[in-house]
Amino acid sequence: MATTTMTNSSARTTPRRRINKPLAVAGVLVFWLVAWTLLRGQDMLVLPRATLTDLHHWLNDVNDSVGASRNSSPIFLYFFNEIRAVMDALVTFVQGLIAQPAYGRPVPVLGWLGVIALVSYASWAFANWRVALLAAGGFTLFGLQGLWQESMDTLALTLVAVLVSLLFGIPLGILAGLSDRFHRLITPVLDLMQTMPTFVYLAPLTLVFLIGPASATIATLIYAMPPAIRITAHGIRSVPAPPVEATDSFGATRRQRLTKALLPLSKRTIVLGVNQTIMAALAMVTVAALIDAPGLGKTVIKALQTTDVGTAFNAGVAIVVMAIVLDRVTTAASVRAEQGDSTNPRTRRMLLAGFGLLAAVCSYLSYTYLWAAEFPAGVRLGEHLSQGATAVTTWAQNNLSDLTGAVKDGVTIGLLNPLEALLTESPWWLMGAVIVALAALIGNLRAAAVAAVCVGLLVGSGLWHASMVTLAMTLVATMLVVTLGVVVGVWMGRSNRADRVIRPVLDAGQTMPAFVYLIPFVALFSVSRFTAIFAGVVYAAPVAIKIVADGVRAIPQSTVEAATAAGSNNWQTITKVQLPMARQSLTLATNQGLIYVLSMVVIGGLVGAGALGYDVVAGFSQGQLYGKGLAAGVAIVVLGIMLDRIARAAAQRSDRAPAATHT
Amino acid sequence: MRSIVNRRVRLAGISLSTVAALALTACGGAKVESSDAADSGDCGTFTIAINPWVGYEANAAVIAHVAETELGCTVVKKDLKEEIAWQGFGTGQVDAIVENWGHDDLKKKYIEDQKTAVDAGSTGVEGVIGWYVPPWMAEEYPDITDWNNLNKYASLFETTESGGKGQLLDGDPSFVTNDEALVKNLELDYKVVYAGSEPALIQAFRQAEKEKKPVLGYFYDPQWFLSEVELVKVNLPEYQEGCDADPEKVACDYPVYDLDKIVSKSFADANGPAYQLVNNFTWTNEDQNLVARYIAQDNMSPEEAAKKWVEANKDKVEAWLPQS
Repeated sequence: MATTTMTNSSARTTPRRRINKPLAVAGVLVFWLVAWTLLRGQDMLVLPRATLTDLHHWLNDVNDSVGASRNSSPIFLYFFNEIRAVMDALVTFVQGLIAQPAYGRPVPVLGWLGVIALVSYASWAFANWRVALLAAGGFTLFGLQGLWQESMDTLALTLVAVLVSLLFGIPLGILAGLSDRFHRLITPVLDLMQTMPTFVYLAPLTLVFLIGPASATIATLIYAMPPAIRITAHGIRSVPAPPVEATDSFGATRRQRLTKALLPLSKRTIVLGVNQTIMAALAMVTVAALIDAPGLGKTVIKALQTTDVGTAFNAGVAIVVMAIVLDRVTTAASVRAEQGDSTNPRTRRMLLAGFGLLAAVCSYLSYTYLWAAEFPAGVRLGEHLSQGATAVTTWAQNNLSDLTGAVKDGVTIGLLNPLEALLTESPWWLMGAVIVALAALIGNLRAAAVAAVCVGLLVGSGLWHASMVTLAMTLVATMLVVTLGVVVGVWMGRSNRADRVIRPVLDAGQTMPAFVYLIPFVALFSVSRFTAIFAGVVYAAPVAIKIVADGVRAIPQSTVEAATAAGSNNWQTITKVQLPMARQSLTLATNQGLIYVLSMVVIGGLVGAGALGYDVVAGFSQGQLYGKGLAAGVAIVVLGIMLDRIARAAAQRSDRAPAATHT
Repeated sequence: MRSIVNRRVRLAGISLSTVAALALTACGGAKVESSDAADSGDCGTFTIAINPWVGYEANAAVIAHVAETELGCTVVKKDLKEEIAWQGFGTGQVDAIVENWGHDDLKKKYIEDQKTAVDAGSTGVEGVIGWYVPPWMAEEYPDITDWNNLNKYASLFETTESGGKGQLLDGDPSFVTNDEALVKNLELDYKVVYAGSEPALIQAFRQAEKEKKPVLGYFYDPQWFLSEVELVKVNLPEYQEGCDADPEKVACDYPVYDLDKIVSKSFADANGPAYQLVNNFTWTNEDQNLVARYIAQDNMSPEEAAKKWVEANKDKVEAWLPQS
């Protein structure tokens, strides 16, 4: 119903465009297919695995000269070394508090009892009872899993990375919120920080900041800081005008306007930024372990060397639990920040004091007595968990691998191989022209210009062919992600019960380190591009599903009821009302799904995806391939920017079409 | 409302008194004693890089155990990939790498050019790189171990990834591979597919043996997995000195690597007991495989595994100790 009016009216406002665009797109595609059959195999720009271009050699040389100037250059002596010293000191300090023996003691300053008491107290004080219980339970679980010290090391590193991220991220975010110019300037930098694969900058980081906590923390905060900046800026920007104008009318200075109006009104959004920063920091735990970052990541990586899925899973669960606890606590804190507290202030003060004293006593006990300092080793939950995980994976490998193998073969032969053939076997200039033409047709001229620059960069990187292989996999994975997003998202949006059951699974999918499930996936789908696609889907689908579910839920109940009253069955309600009305969420879900899929390209390289992902991994592992790895990393970023800008332009256009109905 | 508040206050009171009682009773427990600073003889701190494979870890664990128990060193282990560990020599953050596979490029860069590293001799372990098939295949197709017959069997190895040719599975990106050139120069009807990590490669071979599926892949010895599944090596044209000089024209097997130890220049110049231990350290493939098996298959920690081996091999350890 809604769709028909939409097309009618937009056909009325822009008749030529509406009729011609799909035809033009189809025309481009047909032309492409015909040209492909005639020209396939020409100018494919295949670069053999071990071959380097001049650009790659040059990048190697740059990297070497940085290393050589380490001990002489003033930038190192007075800038990088100072940063390193401060970071190292910070991390070592927090580790000494909760994780590592320090100050001449065989144990950290605070033992398990103190940490659990303080974490619960803080959760209660800033949020509520329920999350305080959750926090206490979660932290106790780390001890029962036999991973207390590892978890505290991870927590220490995460805390420092988050702290530093916020220290710089929030002011930068405020600046980006106030100044359009700065916002435009910083956006591409943030894109780069979030999509450049970590493997690319791990080795240079250790060159600049040496091996140690400083490098691990900086690697983490490069990835974790952008959400803090972006979301703070978004919060400042979306403060409604009237209260700000009111402050202005009282003659407030700029500073007062910020502290009295803008900041208080965007408090909740800023806390959300803190939340996302924490999640991003935890996502780096395993990767940072590759440069000796202490904590749970090391356990995962070590277990992988002996293909011990159970032990890796056990540590993975601890990471997931830490993420869920921190997520729920910060989310509850942001709700509290907005809604305030209903308790009588006097009672609350008493409770604060009472429980504070209790936490202090626990802390003192854990400082003084061994039983409260070292987690008792009696319960061996961790062993049960790893045995269980091993049993489940073994069963799945033995019983499901025929079925999963058939799925892999089907998708690969039916979808992936043809698409890849089309993308890779077209001459690069034909492929480039098709991309630019499609960008112009489904997006706009600006998107076409961006696409043209991106095509040029991909060719210049010397990795055109590998980029097209990666693009084919990315497109297939994104398609699967969007399909899952729609199906599961609508289901969750329509049923609260489904939501309650599925949401924790989605959280686990997002926070379980990919290294944990690589081996079982290889067992199920063998070493193949599909395995990489599947890993990408596991990581990216939760985001898409959550966004769609929220979109469906946001549709006013009355609209849905009206449709039901008018005699629509469930299917009609979904396809005619709920999906069209949640269209903006669908666009956002596609966009985010795509970015998340791209961030798994490197992980895919570890299980048979080849192409850009493998180049990045190889560049991290072998010195002489470093330059090529860096170029591959840049190619991934370029692919991301190209797809993102085209998708955004297309979304803007389709948003404008329904807007025409209202005017 | 009022009663809820009262209840909360009471709850707080109760828990407070519980803790107070707990604190009193707990006072009998063992107290945290401050530990004395380690009395680290003349050895001091000794930093070993731990590269990410089990064989390496076996070497490192045994050396660390001896350094700690016999020489009184404070051993620091850092988990690092090869390239990053070599970088650490120059900054004084790494003293020793105790199993190095070739890496002529790194030797040139850090030993010859930057002069921050020096060679500390062989570990006595021989490294073999090559193409392997699972044992069931060698049994069923005995002539498959000769490369001349590989084309005959190419169709067996076809997968969705190999584009109609046989699949040659390449693995860990840390190792140098000539496989694309080999396939081309030996005119083999195969395509190289990159598994991209050691666990993926191991899992592929493990499953191939269990389900009797064909796999041909790049692997190496010593590796703990070979004691779980005894992969069989395919013989490529024999290695001759210099036959791999031009990476584009390679048409011969990989050389046998003498796995060696690399230490930082300053560590070697100081010539302390830890350096002498590293320099003297040498054992055999069997020794390493045994310790690696303790770690990978018997689920021992590297420290336990090293202790067990050292106690059973006192005579070998004796020979590594500095002669004073």
